[in-house]
Amino acid sequence: MANTMYHRCSLLALLCVDSAIAAEMPLNMTRGVTEISQKVYDLHMTIFYICCAIGLVVFGAMFWSILHHRKAKGVQPAQFHESTKVELLWTAIPVVILVLMAIPATRTLIAMEDTSKSEVTVLVTGSQWKWHYKYLEYPVEYYSLLATPAKQIQNKLRKNENYLLEVDRPLVIPTGKKVRFLMTSDDVIHSWWVPAFAVKKDANPGFINEAWTQVDQPGTYRGQCAELCGKDHGFMPIVVVAKTPEDFDSWIRVEGERLAKLKAAEQELLSMQMSMTDAMAMGEKVYQGYCAACHQPTGTGLPGVFPALKGSKMATETGRKSDHIQIVLNGKAGTAMQAFGKQLSLQEIAAVITYERNAWDNNTGDLVQAADIQAAKNGQKE
Amino acid sequence: MSTISTDTHQHAGPHDADHGHHHPPAGFKRWFYTTNHKDIGTLYLLFALTMFFIGGLMAMVIRAELFQPGLQLVQPDFFNQMTTVHGLIMVFGAVMPAFTGLANWLIPMMIGAPDMALPRMNNWSFWILPFAFAILLMSLFMEGGGPGFGWTFYAPLSTKYSGDSTALFVFSVHIMGISSIMGAINVIVTIFNLRAPGMTWMKMPLFVWTWLITAFLLIAVMPVLAGTVTMVLTDKYFGTSFFDAAGGGDPVLFQHIFWFFGHPEVYIMILPAFGIVSSIVPTFSRKPLFGYASMVYATSSIALLSFLVWAHHMFTTGMPVFAELFFMYCTMLIAVPTGVKVFNWVATMWRGALTFEVPMMFAIAFIVLFTIGGFSGLMLAITPADFQYHDTYFVVAHFHYVLVTGAIFSIIAAAYYWLPKWTGHMYDETLGQWHFWCSLISVNLLFFPMHFVGLAGMPRRIPDYALQFADFNALISIGGFAFGLSQLLFLWVIVKCINGGKPATNQVWEGAEGLEWQLTSPPPYHSFTTPPDVK
Repeated sequence: MANTMYHRCSLLALLCVDSAIAAEMPLNMTRGVTEISQKVYDLHMTIFYICCAIGLVVFGAMFWSILHHRKAKGVQPAQFHESTKVELLWTAIPVVILVLMAIPATRTLIAMEDTSKSEVTVLVTGSQWKWHYKYLEYPVEYYSLLATPAKQIQNKLRKNENYLLEVDRPLVIPTGKKVRFLMTSDDVIHSWWVPAFAVKKDANPGFINEAWTQVDQPGTYRGQCAELCGKDHGFMPIVVVAKTPEDFDSWIRVEGERLAKLKAAEQELLSMQMSMTDAMAMGEKVYQGYCAACHQPTGTGLPGVFPALKGSKMATETGRKSDHIQIVLNGKAGTAMQAFGKQLSLQEIAAVITYERNAWDNNTGDLVQAADIQAAKNGQKE
Repeated sequence: MSTISTDTHQHAGPHDADHGHHHPPAGFKRWFYTTNHKDIGTLYLLFALTMFFIGGLMAMVIRAELFQPGLQLVQPDFFNQMTTVHGLIMVFGAVMPAFTGLANWLIPMMIGAPDMALPRMNNWSFWILPFAFAILLMSLFMEGGGPGFGWTFYAPLSTKYSGDSTALFVFSVHIMGISSIMGAINVIVTIFNLRAPGMTWMKMPLFVWTWLITAFLLIAVMPVLAGTVTMVLTDKYFGTSFFDAAGGGDPVLFQHIFWFFGHPEVYIMILPAFGIVSSIVPTFSRKPLFGYASMVYATSSIALLSFLVWAHHMFTTGMPVFAELFFMYCTMLIAVPTGVKVFNWVATMWRGALTFEVPMMFAIAFIVLFTIGGFSGLMLAITPADFQYHDTYFVVAHFHYVLVTGAIFSIIAAAYYWLPKWTGHMYDETLGQWHFWCSLISVNLLFFPMHFVGLAGMPRRIPDYALQFADFNALISIGGFAFGLSQLLFLWVIVKCINGGKPATNQVWEGAEGLEWQLTSPPPYHSFTTPPDVK
């Protein structure tokens, strides 16, 4: 009931809002799907109603005054101008209200910050502009990237229902279990936020933060990075899929096996040769997913911010091929260029370097193979 | 109040004759060399108005891009530069210089002084400002663009991951800081030394009180800002690691230092507004201000508390729960003195004889809308709820309610209230009322829906958004364009009023009280050459 009242008030306040677009926006904070998010919602509504009540009294008195105590009505102004009693009263009453409000807030806060007795732990690492999830108890880790095609962002394609809120690989957690998140970052500060869990925690480079949730409803929950982290801050969503413990167990087993197989296959691939066409096709896909955000889809970069690859010495001179491999593997210190050695497979790195050395009129004809990358990696170890 | 002679001609002593103060040099020299508090006040106010329109144009770019989902007008990189520079310009270029301009014009007239105590420094503190903002604005045209890390310039986004415009940004913030510190010193020295005999502390107008407290806040925190930007500079260019964990630093340290400046800064932008509203409401209620002493104490408590709440901007950074509780309680406590002020204004209006000229309309709108901003502030103080509000449009709504319908509305109210005194002409009441109603409606259309968008989960500082937010963003943008256009009316009123209009009496407003209303309209070049008697 309270909720409908709130809705009615907000609707009234907005007079009328065109609702032609299919996706309807809720007008209030989500209740979420966890016990904590429900408590947060309750706190939000309590303080909201307290504010409404105070507003009603204060603005009521004011508008009464505006209506009745106007010179146009020929009233004579009173001359009273102080009263210690009244001042004390309207100092004391707010203090009492605030203390009453602080009690449930304190309780909820302490519960939210208690990350003990968790059953699953996920290390969440933010980087420009994607999330990486690593299950500490399982051999599973992967990157989660925005899945909305660039053409939708550029208004060349119709936008999906979950425009900007969809990823290639969501985080999967079991229902009914306390899941602990460890947050950190590879570069700048990000903030991992899923409204349905009432979890928002900054991912600080070089430090680890903790948060937790326990979701009882299987489902898909969406969020976004909440801390300005540079150019594509608006394009690093979070999707969490909650599965029943059984489904979760089978998912994580399959996923672990899949990743292990990939690793094994990678070793086998070392002896295999990719054709130019295959390398270019795979390279373009990797490039658009990992590199284009900075170096731009056409390889032109952003002058003064991100260097161009098109026509650059690094990507065109034969003598600098090994430098090219090194920078992709290890990044460049003091710049936004990350180390992709651990993010991408050997084959993917080989393909993307091949792509960069042959796309946009860079036509070097260089074909880089997974074995070259492995050799470069081995070279470092020695 | 006392009757005083304001005709300074007759009292002109040998000292006055030397200066020939009724005939300041004309043209560029007058403004560039001026040490006169009114000229400098005018320069500050016109500068602030210019910056208000430049910062406003950037807001229009932001709202145009956000009118629809998808990227239409600008790229994300430039969008970030717009939000960053919009914030910096509005805070340091519009609101703060406008308040300093008002202080320059009004404090000497309100305390019965001839001028500010340190006139040459006054000239200097203004004239470095245009250079600071020229540097900041020019950085937008550099290769790689201007600063794009938000006006809060969190490290390491502003250090390791920023462009070379950061150096210009740091330099310009340094200059702004020096200007503010000098302005603050001038205000303090003037108020301490140049009060007319009988103008005791507890007789000072509230505008003077609130500015005195503001000036102390400025002196306390502007050096902290200078330190912060310097650390950003050395981290970026000279190999230090204040904010880099790899070198033993901590990126969260940046936020602690920044907000130790940043939170008092918020009160720097609102305390003078309290002073303005406390001047206007009694005048148009024809009734003395209710609870003068409690207003002084409340302002002082807000100023003291402002040093104890900085980390409420940082609840999600991973502080220990004890620290979160401490900052939550302190922040909630600020609602008490702020509430007292609002109650006092309402009590002042209660059983008065109200009239509703434009300054009063803006003052009433200030009280209501600032209080709404205060309510959302109270909601944000509740740490668990803040985890949901933080860095969403709910916060954007909150701080625009306190800064636009708070600080800016108070500045506009002040302009209407004192323009007749400054120019000697009444402004056009009809145009002023149009300006008020257009601003009031559009500003709410602009900022009120932001509360809902934020609660529904839209993060701030994003150039593109999910489809569910589309309708409301279109509505907000329309409000934004309308609010921007409405301010052209303000410009029109000011230009018209400067150029002519019905002559203003000395008192201007029927219920106005205070020394400035005993001077002629416009007042003499050196306000009070002989101190008035204050009863």
